[in-house]
Amino acid sequence: MPLDSTQPSKRDFSVVGTRPLRPDGIDKVTGRAKFGADATAPGMLVGRILRSPHAHARIKKIDTRKAEKLPGVKAIVTREDFPDHTNGDALLYDVLYNIMAREKALYEGHAVAAVAAVDARTAREALKLIKIDYEVLPHVTDVDEAMKPGAPILHSTIFTDGVEPKPKKPSNIVRRYEFGHGDVAAGFKQADIVVERTFKTEATHQGYIEPHACLANAGPDGQAELWVCTQGHFMVRDTCARLLGMDISKLRVTASEIGGGFGGKTTVFIEPVALALSRKANRPVKVVMSRDEVFKASGPTSSTSIDVKIGVKKDGRIVAADATLRYQGGAFAGSPVEFGAMTAFACYDLENVRAVGYDVVTNRPKQAAYRAPGAPMSAFAVESVIEELAGKLGMTPIDFRIKNAAREGTHSSYGPTYGPVGLLATLEKAKQHPHFKAPLGPNQGRGMACGFWFNFGGQTCVSLNVNNDGTVALSVGTPDIGGSRASMCLMAAEELGIPYDKVRAIVADTSSLGYNDVTDGSRVTFSTGMATIHAARAAIKKLCARAAQIWGIPEEAVTWEKGYAKPAGPNAGNFPPLSIAEIAAQAGATGGPIAGHHEYSADGAGVSFATHIVDAEVDPETGATKIVRYTVLQDAGKAVHPSYVEGQFQGGAVQGIGWALNEEYIYGKDGRLQNAGFLDYRIPVCSDLPMIDTVILEIPNPGHPYGVRGVGETSIVPPLAAIANSVSAAAGVRMTSLPMSPPRILAALERQAMKRAAE
Amino acid sequence: MSAIHVTTKINGDVVEYVCEADETLLDVLRNRLGLTGAKEGCSTGDCGACSVTIDGRLTCSCLVLGAEADGCEVGTIEGMADGEELHPLQRKFLEHAALQCGICTPGILVAAKALLDKNPKPTETEVRFGLAGNLCRCTGYDKIVRAVMDAAQEMRRA
Repeated sequence: MPLDSTQPSKRDFSVVGTRPLRPDGIDKVTGRAKFGADATAPGMLVGRILRSPHAHARIKKIDTRKAEKLPGVKAIVTREDFPDHTNGDALLYDVLYNIMAREKALYEGHAVAAVAAVDARTAREALKLIKIDYEVLPHVTDVDEAMKPGAPILHSTIFTDGVEPKPKKPSNIVRRYEFGHGDVAAGFKQADIVVERTFKTEATHQGYIEPHACLANAGPDGQAELWVCTQGHFMVRDTCARLLGMDISKLRVTASEIGGGFGGKTTVFIEPVALALSRKANRPVKVVMSRDEVFKASGPTSSTSIDVKIGVKKDGRIVAADATLRYQGGAFAGSPVEFGAMTAFACYDLENVRAVGYDVVTNRPKQAAYRAPGAPMSAFAVESVIEELAGKLGMTPIDFRIKNAAREGTHSSYGPTYGPVGLLATLEKAKQHPHFKAPLGPNQGRGMACGFWFNFGGQTCVSLNVNNDGTVALSVGTPDIGGSRASMCLMAAEELGIPYDKVRAIVADTSSLGYNDVTDGSRVTFSTGMATIHAARAAIKKLCARAAQIWGIPEEAVTWEKGYAKPAGPNAGNFPPLSIAEIAAQAGATGGPIAGHHEYSADGAGVSFATHIVDAEVDPETGATKIVRYTVLQDAGKAVHPSYVEGQFQGGAVQGIGWALNEEYIYGKDGRLQNAGFLDYRIPVCSDLPMIDTVILEIPNPGHPYGVRGVGETSIVPPLAAIANSVSAAAGVRMTSLPMSPPRILAALERQAMKRAAE
Repeated sequence: MSAIHVTTKINGDVVEYVCEADETLLDVLRNRLGLTGAKEGCSTGDCGACSVTIDGRLTCSCLVLGAEADGCEVGTIEGMADGEELHPLQRKFLEHAALQCGICTPGILVAAKALLDKNPKPTETEVRFGLAGNLCRCTGYDKIVRAVMDAAQEMRRA
């Protein structure tokens, strides 16, 4: 696997950059790892949730009397059991409303009641006995329809923000965003060629294989414990405590192993309900979503409608770029259109640029983050126009991109000026890659695209304890979603100068460690990693002080080298080096336990760029597409564990393949989801795919001691566009709607044939 | 509903249990026998996370009733390693980093073993079709396919 470095690494690493086995590996290949649904408790009840069959309905009355009388039913909760403790926090009120419907059910699948019973069958029977009196209301699920005057209104409280004057009438448009600089109209006047197109993408689901699951145990003393699969157990604790009116200290949350999240497990759905049921029943309650519930009642991403217009001079320089983005985010405010607008043109060095975004509500489940939320859709639209412009200019798509690529010093389209960034490096490397020179077969086309993601730092807290034998226990607070414990052990071992297997990392519960933000924003290897490095350095300082004490010399006269304390120089004295194990063994006599801690709000997450190259083969008879070759080139800053960096590149690309070719939420006229299962919502399977080649580039992030940049999200930004470009090249027709399923491709081929015949 | 008494062999050991007539084998394994290595990802036979073998045949345990396992031999992920010796597939999955979150891993290992039992020298295409009933959302399958091919090669040499 080529591992490239365009700049020399700032230091020589001993273990960072190697590929050791992950510490949780044995448990995961033997079936022993405990995921969300794998926990049990004595006296445990089964919780089940009743959900609205209507896309939009007023809930006039809920009658639970019959269900309460069913033997084996121990608790029932409805909106009455969730009084509003949100104190005017609108975002938190939306969460409250989303976990249990209040005056209206806002989408099919919206929770309306929940039961805890002695077994699953009794719980199911009880749900059937709950009578709900609905007044069915008109609904809207399409983003463009929802924006029209006269569309059914979800919330009488939404008056579009970000427009002047503020509207007097409520609508489904929550907010208007605008980013950019320069004068777009003046720029287009200079253009020799302008391409303008409209694109649509359907909603997709993160598709984690593990459904949401939790086990709540609340007592009448007001204390509670929660075991849950989540990307952020501190977020779960704080959110549940606030929704249920509890002190944060009384709720202890433990993160289970997590069976995929991709952003979809960064909020709460079933957790407050399970706690409320447990509190009412005074018994442990386990709630596990079915796959049907995951599709209908967790947080898929937005469907979108996007206009892009780009103007170029004949020499290939872009003179103006403009986009309008409309994202529906389900029944509540907060679609990722802001990120979509910020990232749309982030790959280019532009004088005149504007991106306008509209956040729209519809009668669909409230969206949650999905890997680089908002960015893949806007990249699809922009990179499709870029590819088309290259064709019109007679330039290769790669040279056109190189000519306009953002680089160090570029004033980005969303505001900041870039420091050292890797876009050009990925493009230059792509240009030399054998993939670009390989011949294409019949019905095959090649496409490429670039992508950008910000990456994130966030609140982080780490605790590193040196055990009496010199091994190290590392506690982090960010759930390990793809092998991050291995990376944390590598970084601790690197700093301390001890072997990788002498460090053991765990994800500590919320009562054992300070607050940590959610595992999101590609932040863990960057910010938890940097906290680990600082915690290790704090421990080293103490280890040196203990050595100084043992030797009777000043602390400043001791240095740390490869796992040993040593006198700093000949003047410090002639003492044989003390190993970490030797110092740790004497800890009790020299001042007690030795530990290092670090807590901070991590800043300096380096942005990341990727370039993807795809070959697709389109069968003109059936419209079916096969991806025949795929290459990912991405800047990782520094790959701490290259195997898991490659894994992120490959996984993101393949999720993108699913999004581009197959996956979509299909709604009927009744506003109900028609394909809420893995048979009809088809994610890529092994036989659909080729190997996914990866090239890791390492342009160090100046904001991290080892140069690390987040890598998890950028990999899903280019695929939609790269695949659309390759399919368009193979089919000979520009595809502007996702997914490019066989019926859509056949329809496009037919339109093209009719157009040609008419000419 | 009256419970049904079942006698079966799981991972070589005789196991007796009682289950309801409508209870799946997956629920029996997970909720009655504590064998939580088989995972429930969909309960419709689409994801393969609950894969087991019944009399050597690869099966989604969510699509089989617990009562149907009477007199059968059931193989689960918990029976794959031989004492402290990992199965070559398990070892190769770790060496190739063929798992990220790990929720699909037990099912994929069971499916891969069932494939290699029938076809010790599969091509890449045969591996891909052999695993097509098991969804993985993290890896893009690349490293999984490499791990299975590598394990197959090692097992042929042994």
